[in-house]
Amino acid sequence: MTTSSRMELVCPAGTPSALRAAVQAGADSVYCGFRDETNARNFPGLNFSPQELAEGVRFAHAHGSKVLVAINTFARAGDTDPWRRAADTAASCGANAVIAADIAVLDHMATQHPDTRLHLSVQAAAATPESIGFYADAFNVRRVVLPRVLSVQEIAALNRAITVETEAFVFGGLCVMIEGRCYLSSYAAGRSPNLNGVCSPPEMVSYDEDRDGTAARLAGFTIDRYAPGEPAGYPTLCKGRFKAGDKAGYLFEDPVSLNAGSMIVAFRAAGVTALKIEGRQRGKGYVTEVVRAFRKAVDAAEQGEDATEIDSILASLSEGGRQTTGAYRKIWR
Amino acid sequence: MTQVALTLGPLFFHWPAERLRNFYFRIADEAPVDRVHVGEVVCGKRMPFSDPIWPEIIERLERGGKQVVLSTLAAPATVRERKAIAELCIDERLVEINDITALPARSGKPFVTGPFLNVYNEATARFLARHGAHTICPPVELSLGTVGTIASACPEIELELFAFGRLPLALSGRCYHARLHGLHKDSCQFTCEQDPDGLAVDTLDDQSFLAINGVQTLSAEVHAALFEPVTLIRQGIRRLRLSPHDCDMVEVARTYRSVLDETQDPESARFVLSCLELPGHLVDGYARGEAGSRPPVTT
Repeated sequence: MTTSSRMELVCPAGTPSALRAAVQAGADSVYCGFRDETNARNFPGLNFSPQELAEGVRFAHAHGSKVLVAINTFARAGDTDPWRRAADTAASCGANAVIAADIAVLDHMATQHPDTRLHLSVQAAAATPESIGFYADAFNVRRVVLPRVLSVQEIAALNRAITVETEAFVFGGLCVMIEGRCYLSSYAAGRSPNLNGVCSPPEMVSYDEDRDGTAARLAGFTIDRYAPGEPAGYPTLCKGRFKAGDKAGYLFEDPVSLNAGSMIVAFRAAGVTALKIEGRQRGKGYVTEVVRAFRKAVDAAEQGEDATEIDSILASLSEGGRQTTGAYRKIWR
Repeated sequence: MTQVALTLGPLFFHWPAERLRNFYFRIADEAPVDRVHVGEVVCGKRMPFSDPIWPEIIERLERGGKQVVLSTLAAPATVRERKAIAELCIDERLVEINDITALPARSGKPFVTGPFLNVYNEATARFLARHGAHTICPPVELSLGTVGTIASACPEIELELFAFGRLPLALSGRCYHARLHGLHKDSCQFTCEQDPDGLAVDTLDDQSFLAINGVQTLSAEVHAALFEPVTLIRQGIRRLRLSPHDCDMVEVARTYRSVLDETQDPESARFVLSCLELPGHLVDGYARGEAGSRPPVTT
């Protein structure tokens, strides 16, 4: 679907205080999840109780923002109740939409809560007009969060071929694998995004010192090595250094994060409805800074400012870490 | 007693046409499997190489008494790939769906769902059965017990357990063979053809870990879920899926068949498998509800 209205800025809220920070910094929408396995950011210290969600929704609505609730893991066989309950709670709290990936959750929402908007999570990996059309027809999905494998030209073509809105990730962590279809974490460490809402689980991480420096390991597998004194990064599976053939290095992806801020104008031209910032694991200080910068950048894009102007607004966000525009530019493949 | 059947799943790797012909002709003549999947599932760019050879292979397999299933792409992107899926979906043979893209074209006609489709629970399985799902091979990370839970809730569906081969763990928009060779996916030069079982990825400490196959990442180790037939039948498992590798797959199929026929126990079958030229060591953690990389528990 192509749209001519103002692009929506969708911002992460890992905690109630991050929700308030995002709303106050100018988020059009915030997204969050419950404190359990029903959402794909199931980390200690994060997420919402039903009561916190209800309060968060009241706060957001009072400030003119929407709340989208992610129930985007896959319901456990023989024990789908927690996912149904999460969907019921989100609807009863007045969430503006539920973001889901599992057909079981989508079907439950469509039949039990037909008045609550449904967004298709990136975890559903729907990237073609046929698959998006299926979810729209079967469950009345109104928006699809696009897998991070499409170039901006492909997004434009897709938007011409579908009738639902699209939401594109614009900033934050970057999965190099197609999300929702990656089992690397459970292979190495027994817990995965689809089953448990966790990738490269922290309880399986160790930093082991030896003669050569530090080995960052996940469940005993060396994901990266650092020389003595070199700061060690978190051993996220797909961002490690490995050996294949006669080469060693970042075989899957360099330790980069996504910053497609320079492409806001291109997203608008491609018919994207909403821009999403990743980072529910981030604190409120980070959320405030990033949301504020993107608020300015999106407003500037809406007012016809050029890409250079927008780049200068977002330049402050580079933390010295390396950034990429990912698959949005075809050369990434 | 109900029999557990054997399926030869789709080949994940880029083999030249001649190798495909030889491999499947031997399967047709000698392998004790009743169902064989054909077709490219990983990369649409490989299809022009294998497409011309499939009709001949299908004919030979059917003549050998095998039921042929047409597998479809797991991550279609281009117009040509989507068209290829639509064309396969109108076939009268059974079709394997590996992405929801194929569902609207196949809805109402019988299909198999492969491990790339996220069927994690009985509600999803039932929904797909209403659209025509006949056999479901759930994602590899589900345990035997979990697949059994789905099976017992959905007796109308045939549940198939991924039982042999390097585990399909991830797909990407990026081609890792191309990246490793300093190329882009769009001009990849088909370097994946050099690795008939995928290319091993080791950790910096030389631990065997993963394998790359174009846009796909697999386990380096070979998953081998070997259970007594009574255990499988109790869980409602009606099929085991064997994933093709560049090893003696006829012997692999015979080994699984012998366990299902109770002429060999799982322990000795593991020993037989470990003597074949497999690309990795045996693991079976997923089937037991643990990390997929865990080796079998020896008694």
